[in-house]
Amino acid sequence: MSKSYRDGLPISPEKFIDQLMRLKRGSIGRREFLGLTGLGIATAVMARELGIMPSPAFAQEGLGDRMSIATWPNYHDPATFENFKAETGVAVEVNVFGSNEEMLAKLQAGASGWSLFVPTNYTISTYKKLGIIEALDMAKLANYDGSQEDPRFTGEGTIDGVTYAVPKNWGTTGFAVNTKKLTKPMTSWKEFWDTAMAEGDGRTMVHDYQLTTIGNALKYFGFSFNSLKPDELAKAEELLLKVKPHLFAVSSDYQPSMRAGDAWMTMCWTNDGAQLHRDIPEIAYVLGKEGGEIWTDFYAIPKDAPNKPAGYALLNYLMNPKVAVKEHLANGAPSTDARVNALLPKEVLDNPILYPAADLLKPLEFGAAATLTDPGRAELMARFKSA
Amino acid sequence: MSAGTGAAFSMRSNVLRHNLLTALLLGPATAWLVVFLVLPFVAIAVFSVGERAPEGGYQAAFTLAQYANLPARATAFWNTMVLAPAGALACLLVAYPVAYYLALRAPERWRLILLALVVIPFWTSLLMRTYAWMYVLGGRGIPALLAYVGLEDVRLINTPGAVLLGIVYGYLPLMILPIYVSLERLDRRLLEASADLGATPISTFLGVTLRLSLPGVMTGFSLVMILLLGEYLIPTLLGGGKVFFIGNALVDLFLQSRNWPFGSAIAITLVAVSVVVLLAANRISTRLSGARRVDLI
Repeated sequence: MSKSYRDGLPISPEKFIDQLMRLKRGSIGRREFLGLTGLGIATAVMARELGIMPSPAFAQEGLGDRMSIATWPNYHDPATFENFKAETGVAVEVNVFGSNEEMLAKLQAGASGWSLFVPTNYTISTYKKLGIIEALDMAKLANYDGSQEDPRFTGEGTIDGVTYAVPKNWGTTGFAVNTKKLTKPMTSWKEFWDTAMAEGDGRTMVHDYQLTTIGNALKYFGFSFNSLKPDELAKAEELLLKVKPHLFAVSSDYQPSMRAGDAWMTMCWTNDGAQLHRDIPEIAYVLGKEGGEIWTDFYAIPKDAPNKPAGYALLNYLMNPKVAVKEHLANGAPSTDARVNALLPKEVLDNPILYPAADLLKPLEFGAAATLTDPGRAELMARFKSA
Repeated sequence: MSAGTGAAFSMRSNVLRHNLLTALLLGPATAWLVVFLVLPFVAIAVFSVGERAPEGGYQAAFTLAQYANLPARATAFWNTMVLAPAGALACLLVAYPVAYYLALRAPERWRLILLALVVIPFWTSLLMRTYAWMYVLGGRGIPALLAYVGLEDVRLINTPGAVLLGIVYGYLPLMILPIYVSLERLDRRLLEASADLGATPISTFLGVTLRLSLPGVMTGFSLVMILLLGEYLIPTLLGGGKVFFIGNALVDLFLQSRNWPFGSAIAITLVAVSVVVLLAANRISTRLSGARRVDLI
């Protein structure tokens, strides 16, 4: 009697493997998660539907009827794009990414299809060097007013006097502490690292990102956040290896663990710090007094943008303070534009997490392109993670 | 024209038609493999002898420097080589009794339902299920329940135990199914014969049941082990990213430091290691199961 072994099976082994592999590629829409899994680059997850095609008569002259933007998850007010479509007839497709490196890889490969994207300060010089971003035609950006911008934030978008990118918002990298669990007040990176090996043993998280994790270890010794000096990096490595066994996790997805109370202290970006503190008041956000990172996300237009007129139109629309203020209220990051700050509610401007005191901001450094692309720092990070 | 030539001609055209049909049927699969397996593999092989461009990515070159640099990821290779067989073994220990019950003990009418229950979790993404475990093992999950009965501050998430749990949970069906299949085909008369000839239940199990199910065991083991060689999600989410595996090294090299040539060299090495593991597993299982040919999926 010949009986196929498949008879009793609800699914064939081949199908089963297909299914498994397909499911393994599934996705979750978090910035950290996309970075972690590399799914952003593989799939360029669509965050929004294109919507119905607007009628040609409705579309504004020369703008076409659709464009796409590459940005970060939960970084915009969805209504912004709806309103833009209502005004211009251009539907905006939003692609979200997990890291600047993925954006860079996609743009470098060509034909990304984006007409606008949101790079972070330290990548702009690289984009310019590779010749893949447009020198902005400021005449098409009537709503942008350079005189209203804090020059500290515009600087990174301008190279040799040419503007390649205009700022979206800025932020800092500090650390979040659960003050109920770690009661000793902290004000420095030195205290962050020392506490991680003492009261915070097994409860501390650092970023899975060499720029910030190595940078903030360098601050322990008072070195530059961007240091590439071998002797300084060696000291940072020594500290990192010493701390490693005491860590709870090496991960940039720290909100779930902080919220659940598994982690008591973590390296943290502005937006996350503000959200954690809003929902759980005992979680404080601290900027190390030695310094650390300050960052700005910009808008830029790729040279090979398929719909440049619409890219400029959307950028100009986003630079309108009345539109921008809604964006800032939606994503919670501080603005670089004095006109927007004038429109923001007082409690936002008074929030020391979003708008820290000037003396705390002073020692902060922008991450440099060379810091991010340095192979030595990448290898150091690999040694730290595999220790 | 004689009848003979006609027959020969029509036979030849039959052969031709047959060959054409075979080619047509194999064509799509071959094209698929060439485009999505062979070409990418060639691209990675080419990248692996190249250099990292100053801003990251690939720059054409011919050098074996990337391969010479492999020791820089020795720990990652070592961790992976320990995790993969250990994870597969843990999976096997849990899966075998389940498969045994399903194939030999479960009532006929329940069997299909039970098998379906084994497979159903697979219809949800592994990512989602692993993320769900983060919350189950996290502070508001099981530790919160333990706190009710007086066990304060128990930490489950980001421990080696959590990783092992995630692996067993994630890959269990892959181990159960092949073992089930080989046990289900087992000729029960052999068990009776063994008992009749005076063997104890234990020696019948070891000498007959286990031995005849070895092909399924090896299939499941190799399958789980090969997938674990590339695993990075579970250690990252449930282990807190503190243990570095080859999968993590690859993600970092391609998506963070953008060192494509080095990443490619590691990927090629990983493929080579996987092939060696497969061949070895095949050899062992052929020998153990009495020179029966074994197909690994």
